[in-house]
Amino acid sequence: MNEQQPRFILQEESADELLLSLAGDWLEGADCPPFEGLRRELSGLASSRLTVEGSEVSQWDAILPAFLLQCHDHCVHEGMEVRFRQLPDGVERLLQVATAVPPQKSTDSAGGGPSLLLHPALMLQRFAEGGREHLAFIGETAIALGRLASGRANTRWVDFRNFCYQAGPDAFAIISLVSILVGMILAYLGAVQLRQFGAEIYVADLVVVGMMREMGVLMTAVVMAGRTGAAYAAQLGTMQTNEEIDAITTMGISPMEFLVVPRMLALVLTMPLLTLYANVLGILGGAIVSGGMGITLLQYVKEGQSVLGADHLMVGLVKSVVFGLLIAIAGCRSGINSGRSSAAVGQAATEAVVTAVVYLIVADAAINILCQQLDI
Amino acid sequence: MTSAAHIEVQALTMAYGRRVIQRALDFTIYRGDIFVIMGGSGCGKSTLLKHMLGLLEPTTGDILYNGVSFTQADEAERGKMRQGWGITYQSGGLFSAMTLGQNVSLPLQLYSDYSTREIEELVAYKLALVGLAGYQAYYPSEISGGMRKRAALARAIALDPEILFFDEPSAGLDPISSRLLDELIVQLQESLGATVVMVTHELPSIFEIATNSVYLDAGSRTMIAYGDPKELREHSEQAIVRQFLTRSISAEGERHE
Repeated sequence: MNEQQPRFILQEESADELLLSLAGDWLEGADCPPFEGLRRELSGLASSRLTVEGSEVSQWDAILPAFLLQCHDHCVHEGMEVRFRQLPDGVERLLQVATAVPPQKSTDSAGGGPSLLLHPALMLQRFAEGGREHLAFIGETAIALGRLASGRANTRWVDFRNFCYQAGPDAFAIISLVSILVGMILAYLGAVQLRQFGAEIYVADLVVVGMMREMGVLMTAVVMAGRTGAAYAAQLGTMQTNEEIDAITTMGISPMEFLVVPRMLALVLTMPLLTLYANVLGILGGAIVSGGMGITLLQYVKEGQSVLGADHLMVGLVKSVVFGLLIAIAGCRSGINSGRSSAAVGQAATEAVVTAVVYLIVADAAINILCQQLDI
Repeated sequence: MTSAAHIEVQALTMAYGRRVIQRALDFTIYRGDIFVIMGGSGCGKSTLLKHMLGLLEPTTGDILYNGVSFTQADEAERGKMRQGWGITYQSGGLFSAMTLGQNVSLPLQLYSDYSTREIEELVAYKLALVGLAGYQAYYPSEISGGMRKRAALARAIALDPEILFFDEPSAGLDPISSRLLDELIVQLQESLGATVVMVTHELPSIFEIATNSVYLDAGSRTMIAYGDPKELREHSEQAIVRQFLTRSISAEGERHE
């Protein structure tokens, strides 16, 4: 049994020559010696030539050529001459095939290890590159919109209509569910607090103002970011993989005008409509909960009417347009700049949603601060 | 056969970042040529084509069409030059959200003054030319790979281009379909009088239809042969080119660097 144990012996033949003899069964599960051991031995000995001899090897599988390939690469790297002698039939041929093309230099590769990704300087550099890319995208979109306004853009009306349908009516079900529930949540939250002062009736104010100014538009935007923003990124990413974007570019059409503008306009048009719808349903949800708290529908409507003002409505609608724009930018940018593989498309979709949500929150905060300052 | 220079590539160096793909590319494609860019896998054939199409920018060097620099042209001029080109991509590049009819009619809608009815007739004619008559209402996902390549060709010839680019037209096709596609390319070239530039390493195609070619070497990262492939097969000074064209290997060829 011990006779068959795979092993190697490294000997010094002469001052300038090493002999590596292999023996035993080099098979899967036979506890083959790792190459690291040999590397250490080789590094200890200064020599310019290595002869590998394998007459004692009886059985072998892919483990043996893999070991020899590492040996070969190490010697080439160290500038040693390597020769193979009396290897089993086939091993030498396999090695020739494996070494026919020199290995790619690892310094050429673009990606570093995870440790490199966390390097502060590199992170800053990536951040700067990302920022530049965003700015470039926004600039190109602005140019495309300008060309559209002057009637010179290659934007197809049919595409715009289809995207409106996908972004609008198709989203009704999920928007309905989410906004009714958000209205109910707002009402519960308010009712519990306001009851302490016997002021349950103001639940109506809370729900109406809360939905119109904030929750209606924000929840719609989050749903649309996950639904439509991700879909845009995946569509454009797949078109990138499929060379469709190349085809569009070389046809002399700007991908911005042809692909991004109709998507963006569709979202900018449907977002305010969906927001209005969400507001109505949210207020309805609030009414259901208030009914359970002993506020009659008439009281709820009357109290709600007293705070229902054009300013709240407008703040919500302005936000919805801004959010629609941001979701479309995040989605389309990730898609257009996507890599050309299935993994890259998945990454683009994820990135689209994450960026869109960050954009939304930041923009929402900014608009709220602005409104506060302007007393709207 | 050869007449005026149609496309000139001058001292072109292509690189992804710091990684040089090919350097010192210098060759001329004459009007009416069927020109093949060949070379082993990964030598930069498709990259060269993308440079010629302006999808990638050269590190140094220039590409001229009809004596006018494409590299230095601005977007508007490039757009004008590209209107005279027909391109089929490796994966077809058909718009998957449109039917074949819409795919072929798009360039006509954009760059011609034909009426809707005329465009319809032209689309039917172009699809019939590539053997896809009656497939207007099909989506690219509903037809086979070979049909998709032919549909892409129909879109490429929609505007009767003066240059046709093909990226591996017969990759993934069975021998008969690939032969038919070759014949189609020759027929179209003859009837349109176009210049054809194709990237391929299908030897039968190369010998069947190519009139001129360039060989890109992955090892030395430059072009090492230029001329009619039938000539190169017999008389090229470079052993690797003769081996490539005769599909043979030798000890010398395996370690040509």
